[in-house]
Amino acid sequence: MIGSPDVVAFTKEDDFGDSFSDPCSLPEEFSVPLFAHAANANPWTKTSYAKFSKDFILVSEFSEQVGPQPLLTIPNDPKVCGTFDLNYFSLRIMSVDYQASFVGHPPGSNYPKLNFVEDSKVVLGDSKEGAFAYVHHLTLYDLEARGFVRPFCMAYISADERKIMHQFQELSSEFSKASEFLKSGNRKAFANELEKKLKDLEYTRSVLHKETELQKKNNGCYSTQAIEKANELANVEKSIYEHKDLLKQITSYPSRKKKDVGFVQRETEKLADTSVLDDTLNSNHSDIADKTVLTESDSRKSSYTPQLIKAKSAKCFDKRLKTMEELCDANFFHQTLKQLNITEKSFRGDLCFIYTSQIDRALLGKQRVTSFLFEAEREWENEGTSKNFNISSNNPTVPILNLSGELLSLESYTTCIDIDHIKPGVESMEGPPESSLSDITQETSEAADTETKGSFSSDKSIEAFGGVSPSSLQANYFDGLERKSKVSIASPSESASSYVAVPQRMTDGNLVPMDAACCIGQDGFIFEEPLPELAQECCGDTVVNQEPLSLLQGDPALQVDYILEESALAESPNMGLTFSELNTGVLSEEVAKINIEYVSDSTSFMSTSTSSDRAVSPFTYSSALTLKQKKKAGHSSLRFIRQYPFAQQAIFCLLSGRTLVILGVDEGTVRKLVNALFFFVPNLGKYGETVQPWLSSPFQLTDLQRWKLIGLQRAASPAGSSILHSLNRYSRYISILDSDSKTLRCPPYKGTLISHLADHRTQIKRGSTYFLHVQGMLTQLTAKAFLYTFCHHIHLPMDINDQGSVTSRRTNFLLQLGYTVEESKIVQYLSELIKQHYIQGSSMGGNQSFCFNYTTSYLYKI
Amino acid sequence: MLRWILGGREAQGTVEKSAALFIGEEQPKNCFTEMQVLKGHFDIVRFLVQIDDLRFASAGDDGLVLIWNVETGDCLIELRGHTQQITAMISYTFIRGGNAHTALITASSDRTLSLWDPDSGNRVQNISDLQSPVKCLLVLVCLDVWLSGGNELCVWNRDFELQCKTVHHSDAGISAMVELPKNFIAAAMDKEIVIFKLNLSGSDIAVMAMRHLADHQDTIHSLIHINDGLFASGSHIGELIIWDSVDWTIQAYEHILWEEPARDGQSEFKLNHQKQIERSIQHMSSDGEYIVAAIGSGLYVYNVLMKSVVAYRRIAHDSNVLHTVLQQDGRLMSCSEDGSVRMWELQDLPLPAEPASSGFFGMFGTFGRSSKQTGPPAKKIPEVPGLRSLELIGDLIGHSGAVQVRFKEKGLVTCSTDHLLIIWKDGEFQSQLRSLAVFQKLEENQEL
Repeated sequence: MIGSPDVVAFTKEDDFGDSFSDPCSLPEEFSVPLFAHAANANPWTKTSYAKFSKDFILVSEFSEQVGPQPLLTIPNDPKVCGTFDLNYFSLRIMSVDYQASFVGHPPGSNYPKLNFVEDSKVVLGDSKEGAFAYVHHLTLYDLEARGFVRPFCMAYISADERKIMHQFQELSSEFSKASEFLKSGNRKAFANELEKKLKDLEYTRSVLHKETELQKKNNGCYSTQAIEKANELANVEKSIYEHKDLLKQITSYPSRKKKDVGFVQRETEKLADTSVLDDTLNSNHSDIADKTVLTESDSRKSSYTPQLIKAKSAKCFDKRLKTMEELCDANFFHQTLKQLNITEKSFRGDLCFIYTSQIDRALLGKQRVTSFLFEAEREWENEGTSKNFNISSNNPTVPILNLSGELLSLESYTTCIDIDHIKPGVESMEGPPESSLSDITQETSEAADTETKGSFSSDKSIEAFGGVSPSSLQANYFDGLERKSKVSIASPSESASSYVAVPQRMTDGNLVPMDAACCIGQDGFIFEEPLPELAQECCGDTVVNQEPLSLLQGDPALQVDYILEESALAESPNMGLTFSELNTGVLSEEVAKINIEYVSDSTSFMSTSTSSDRAVSPFTYSSALTLKQKKKAGHSSLRFIRQYPFAQQAIFCLLSGRTLVILGVDEGTVRKLVNALFFFVPNLGKYGETVQPWLSSPFQLTDLQRWKLIGLQRAASPAGSSILHSLNRYSRYISILDSDSKTLRCPPYKGTLISHLADHRTQIKRGSTYFLHVQGMLTQLTAKAFLYTFCHHIHLPMDINDQGSVTSRRTNFLLQLGYTVEESKIVQYLSELIKQHYIQGSSMGGNQSFCFNYTTSYLYKI
Repeated sequence: MLRWILGGREAQGTVEKSAALFIGEEQPKNCFTEMQVLKGHFDIVRFLVQIDDLRFASAGDDGLVLIWNVETGDCLIELRGHTQQITAMISYTFIRGGNAHTALITASSDRTLSLWDPDSGNRVQNISDLQSPVKCLLVLVCLDVWLSGGNELCVWNRDFELQCKTVHHSDAGISAMVELPKNFIAAAMDKEIVIFKLNLSGSDIAVMAMRHLADHQDTIHSLIHINDGLFASGSHIGELIIWDSVDWTIQAYEHILWEEPARDGQSEFKLNHQKQIERSIQHMSSDGEYIVAAIGSGLYVYNVLMKSVVAYRRIAHDSNVLHTVLQQDGRLMSCSEDGSVRMWELQDLPLPAEPASSGFFGMFGTFGRSSKQTGPPAKKIPEVPGLRSLELIGDLIGHSGAVQVRFKEKGLVTCSTDHLLIIWKDGEFQSQLRSLAVFQKLEENQEL
């Protein structure tokens, strides 16, 4: 057993209530911690002594036959690990003993008990190797294994210990998900295995029974053979009983509670209600998945022929242990791998980068009212789920509650599992909306859980269920005290204060690698606390009492924001971000790589057009527009601005909601122009629905409602003339950029705003830089539009017959904001979009009305 | 092609057209800056009927009746049942159980009459096997009966029971009906106006023709109610007759004959060609004081009380004007086969003497009328005192076919041969409504 020094301590300052904070300063949540050794250290030296080139995930097992062994790494590339000794490191991570998995005959019970053991999460440092790891231990059940359990662990290994420490919460959340897949699959597989075993045993019993009868008949009741057979029979019966008990236990595994809105609040009431069961379940989740599971199990049942079990089982070392894939249903195993791959990808890169993107996401998450305008659309809820896994489900989350007393049949059990499997992202307890409140709830419920299970584990639970009684907390807490001193524990609770003062947040610079002498172990590191007594405690204890809370959590000041949530959106208050969504940027870029190839038109968008190839542009209609595509488009945009002096007018049209038609003979040219301009289109839509890059049929009035940027084919055919006719007819609603004659016909724009946005003498060289510049300015515009929309004194009439003054107040407000008449149109257009979006929710589709202005157009030439 | 791209706005059409009709894209008085295109019909849409403040029904040649929400543009209910094109539609409000119900009566070429409940979409009543298709419908609120006009005039009660009918008329049948005081009905049948009387004896109703007014020389296209004392009819050759509602005498007779001005020869041929179709009075509307008549592709505003022409425009559209709407504020709208809706404003001419020489007045044709009837003597226009000009203040372009229009508080609905309906809204007003909705929602969610 490795001593505690290997376990890195987390400490934190005491939360001294509301301390004064400068209202002008950036909220701490958004500050990126400075590099610890700002003075003269090279920030890149750290990685140099690590024997691996980049972070990776290691999955290891403590095999009862050969001891700790590495199973797989992610990415599965030998180059990644380099000369790093996986075997040695497996030994280290597995030897952080994880004794929570007590299976056997507990006192007072005659039958083996399964414990639904919680995972443990520790951080482990090995300064010699230059490796630091987040280690996630879990146990899987195996009927053939000793004590029915097989300990496994997954580790995220990085050379940067700060990254591990700071991202503990997110790592924990992601690995918990992976672990959940494994465990769900494992329970299912284990239950199946038990069923088979039971059939075997019953078959054996019937055979034995016949034999015993035969013996009795032949040799009399008291012959040795008869007694032997009777004993054997008794053993088999005992075994049947035990296995039945095990099956009962595994099937009674309480389905984990699902995280949904208000669940925390409603939890207690719901706990009392035991009847929230399968009915809702079955009706709510996808039938297909249900069927497949059922048929699967059906076929399995029918195909299985019971076998006779010999009295003596094989020796431990003779048998082949099941592989991880066998232990967990293959399906679940692959999902786990997927999840781990995603995790690995999402944690790629520098800590600063991760922070920045987290902050970015957090800020964006608060702009739901306006973010649809120019930001890439994110589905805050389902992104992690539906994107990561092929099965996506839009069903509302169903809280599955089952008190431990209630038994589920195996069928419904598998159904439950299947639901888990469909909605893998939701069960995580990480990142609750109001940290303090839900943490307590979590604590109590987990305490109750551990109590009802009779487990000795006091590890942080991610599976909270069971009756909650606050009184149980204390007892259980002390129950687990001993273990806490050995194992790293994450239990952010009030009770921890008696133990070690735990700061709410890690402060920069507190975490430094310690000399080995300081600690009992050879290579660990602790927090160096400025407060002497705290430091003392830390050194003396070096036990993690509390995992660091997410940086983004728990500042009430921050939560006073303008999240104008609608019921639909309210599902994810998301203050503590779950990591899957933090990294969709990385992710979706990957997706985009795959999807960039030509994808056939989806009929819903193409009902009226007969457009042909769309290879050049990013608009494939099946894949979401990604940031990367937008950044790439920045390059074409820069070229467009340099090339066309009327670029500002074109951009003005797009921003003010006037449809811009790009007319041309050559599809490539037109698509390039569309590509150069598309990110100026407000409310572009997740898939760029408001842009039609290439249209070869005459466009209709309804197209104006749908598209704000249209690439249109100029053809010499009769069809072409009808196109021109329709253009002519609707010329008041559109601006036309003729890519052949290089002219633009549009309303005039005189102002400075867009000249900043699109300066043809700009010094910006790179497309992505330019895109970010544009994005910045558009954000500014959006902010103004937001202000304009929600300043109620300018919109509400003073009295009933006051329409005129509203108009003048609006105009004055915009003038005060410093906008010219034309620029006001942009703000007004954005404001209308915001209003519509706010009133109708994110489903902006349907039959939108189309706004326009009666203004004279002019012809601009190069 | 693409003349506008070369910057030439004046290149559109003939010089005459552009000067008279082209308003350009700058239309400060046009408040309709928001449009919503409604798709749902599969054929020409011909009828628009308002049901209540929020709903209206549309019907057309596809036999479908669609009920729409004017605010959201949602199609609420589809009323299916007619197998052929719909020839008439009217809303029918009756009191049942203390509440006013509004139902729709439709007539179709399949010789059926149906009563629809717009709330449920049910076909409440249906009468098939009519002898002839119904061309027009009229509800008499005071008697709580309704009339259908085809080859014969039928009177029905609320429960779709035939009360009485007239004998078979000419093949032309009744094309329009107007309610007159004292249970009289004026019906237009080809060149005649027939006055019918509904006789009530107890619960029985009998209908009989009282008089045939045969003063029109050609087919009557339009028959409208002006006010309690007057009604008007307009014929194919431009005869506009204003009748007394009680004694059915002619109060005024105008024979509107657009005459082309003395022009240089090049446009002569074209105008002569147009002349024959131009005089037909397609549609009239009235607010009790003024009548607007759609005559050919021109508009003609007549003051009934003064018995004088107020304003006119010989060429208001590129092709025939099909529908006109007179608004309260002295503005009027005209819809034409060319697919556009134009908004006009009656403006006083700056100086009475000047118009003759002003730019657009040069385009005006001289104005003549037949002098064989009673009424003001025919005079040239510039001599008519109080003549005002009809200024184009905006146009709505969207449809690609003939348009009809219905004006409502919440917007303007147009229907067209291009199978579409368009709701036009005042963008500024809508924006304010949306703002109010936003703040209301904020308040509901307690986020304010």
